[in-house]
Amino acid sequence: MIEMENVSKWYGDFRVLTDCTTKVAKGEVVVVCGPSGSGKSTLIKCVNGLEPVQQGRITVDGADVTAKGAKLTNLRSKIGMVFQHFELYPHMSVRDNLCLAQEKVLGRSRAEAEARTETLLTRVGMIDHISKYPGQLSGGQQQRVAIARALAMDPIAMLFDEPTSALDPEMIKEVLDVMVQLAREDGMTMMVVTHEMGFARKVADRVVFMDEGAIVEDRPTQDFYDDPSSERAKDFLSKILNH
Amino acid sequence: MNYNWNWSVLFEPEYFGWLISGLGWTISVALCAWVIALVVGSLVGVGRTLPNRLVSTLCTAYVELFRNIPLLVQMFIWYFAVPEMVPEEAGRWMKRDMPQPEFTTAVVALGLYTASRVAEQVRAGIETVPHGLKSAATAQGMSIAQVYRYVLLPISFRLIVPPMTSEFLTVFKNSSLALTIGLLELTAQSQQIAEYTFQSFEAYTAATVIYVLIALCATVIMSLLERQTRIPGYSGKEN
Amino acid sequence: MGDFDFGVIIQSLPFLWEGLQLSLLLTFLAIIGGLVLGTLLALARLSGIVPLALFAAGYVNLIRAVPLILVIFWFYFLVPLALGRPIGGFYSALIAFVMFEAAYYSEIMRAGIQSVARGQVHAGKATGLGYWQIQRFIVLPQAFRNMIPILVTQGIILFQDTSLVFVVSLRDLMTASSIVARTEGRLVEMYLFAALVYFVICFSGSLFVRRLQTRMAT
Repeated sequence: MIEMENVSKWYGDFRVLTDCTTKVAKGEVVVVCGPSGSGKSTLIKCVNGLEPVQQGRITVDGADVTAKGAKLTNLRSKIGMVFQHFELYPHMSVRDNLCLAQEKVLGRSRAEAEARTETLLTRVGMIDHISKYPGQLSGGQQQRVAIARALAMDPIAMLFDEPTSALDPEMIKEVLDVMVQLAREDGMTMMVVTHEMGFARKVADRVVFMDEGAIVEDRPTQDFYDDPSSERAKDFLSKILNH
Repeated sequence: MNYNWNWSVLFEPEYFGWLISGLGWTISVALCAWVIALVVGSLVGVGRTLPNRLVSTLCTAYVELFRNIPLLVQMFIWYFAVPEMVPEEAGRWMKRDMPQPEFTTAVVALGLYTASRVAEQVRAGIETVPHGLKSAATAQGMSIAQVYRYVLLPISFRLIVPPMTSEFLTVFKNSSLALTIGLLELTAQSQQIAEYTFQSFEAYTAATVIYVLIALCATVIMSLLERQTRIPGYSGKEN
Repeated sequence: MGDFDFGVIIQSLPFLWEGLQLSLLLTFLAIIGGLVLGTLLALARLSGIVPLALFAAGYVNLIRAVPLILVIFWFYFLVPLALGRPIGGFYSALIAFVMFEAAYYSEIMRAGIQSVARGQVHAGKATGLGYWQIQRFIVLPQAFRNMIPILVTQGIILFQDTSLVFVVSLRDLMTASSIVARTEGRLVEMYLFAALVYFVICFSGSLFVRRLQTRMAT
């Protein structure tokens, strides 16, 4: 579904990604982790073209994201993205947040969009807040709405950029539960940048470990945790698994 | 200090009429110029934030040009110089047949000048919208036009209502410059009354009181607008 | 399109230069006066003394509601009357500008003073410094530094505002250009030239402010 070949990226002279090659098959859940500054957020933003790449190729469902003149708006409507800071549109109600792109990008009718909106909000447990504004919701609530908003586009794959990093601890579980359900019940293809190792162990098929812009390890979840092959990965795991 | 006070002179029908007429011109010039300023200023302000280099450079040039020349000079150029610089036909029309030349010129000059200030406010507003929101909208597959129309502009216009209040008020104050090209707006009329009656203190006080009332009205209107358009729970900062 | 004679500009340069000097002098003096008075007004507003704060607030809000031209007319009339004798146009204009700009400078300095961390005042008090000492040595220097770019920008605005002395026929750059324009019948050339001079000065000023801001950010 998602394939990356030898992706390299520079900000000016500074190289942020070095020869990254990996893939996420249909229905797979891949967790991308690593120390801060390792380029994991940048990597995931390249998948839907939010960040351009200077070298390498990325294809999603066969379409080349990195090709010159690629129809990105079309592609993006098929990939859902959830951000660290939720990024709900503050000037719109929860309902309108979900309906906007459905109507304007997918061309659905208002009735269709609202029906889909209600279904998804019920699913993430936010149906009672449908008329509220993002400013009136807690972080966990906003992120669940954000996930529903991404799902409203009926995407073929979902990208998560540190979805729980900005949340207070007591709200992390409600968001992760939604994500676990998505992986297990819907069989959604997911690429998740996260530090939540519990989540990874529950649903991730593979773990990609990055450090300083390069993919250092790319192995099935259990193998990664039981026996990381690189020193850097061992070091990283020891630091985060101790609290 | 020898001065003869006579406040009743303000209420004599003739002079009172002058004040009202002046007020009428002040309000007309200010409102018409404000409309031009909003339309042109919004376009130019958005233009400055677009990725297209040519457009953003032209818009920046507009802002710098109109911002760095005093309004008085601009007004004189529109009134005296432009009719001489355009083709004969247009020039003659401007000097003879154009209706209300002082009013029209004042509106155009004030409108385009204020537009450059509005453009800066609009630009600042757009740049204040957190980058993540633009990413979120782009990630959903919206085109640049859609991102501006549904996310960037609605949010930034709500954010800039407070500073725009100040610009709105400034337009009323700057309308006084129209007196230099012969428009008998409020300040000009108060000067007229002062010259005719020698009751300068009273005349200027009348104008001052009226301007203060205009300022109060403008502030009330804008704060009502701000309350109407406020986004619940949002102050424009990163969460 | 008439025939333009830009030679008029060259011929009138000395005359225009005198006008520009007056504009610059007026600007310079008004900045200093406005800044001093404005700072005092800001301090008055921030002081705990209610009548003083109210007076300062009232003054600032009144001036900011009124056009500069009206303020110029006011002081042209009031100053000689109050002094009991006629006074040169320049001085009336200067007083008008100082009183006007002080209101705007006061708002800038008020923001500047409030931007200085409270801890600084506490530190000063803890070592036994009095109010004026704290202001003079600790608060105002920092407030001033923080606000330099905005203060310079306000100065550029002031320079543009001086063109309004036209309404009292004081011979600044604008009035001088206008006199030449009318006597020589060269409206286009003179007004465009005046615009050019103002543009060059103000634009350079704003570039200078931008450089200041980048230097201060580091």
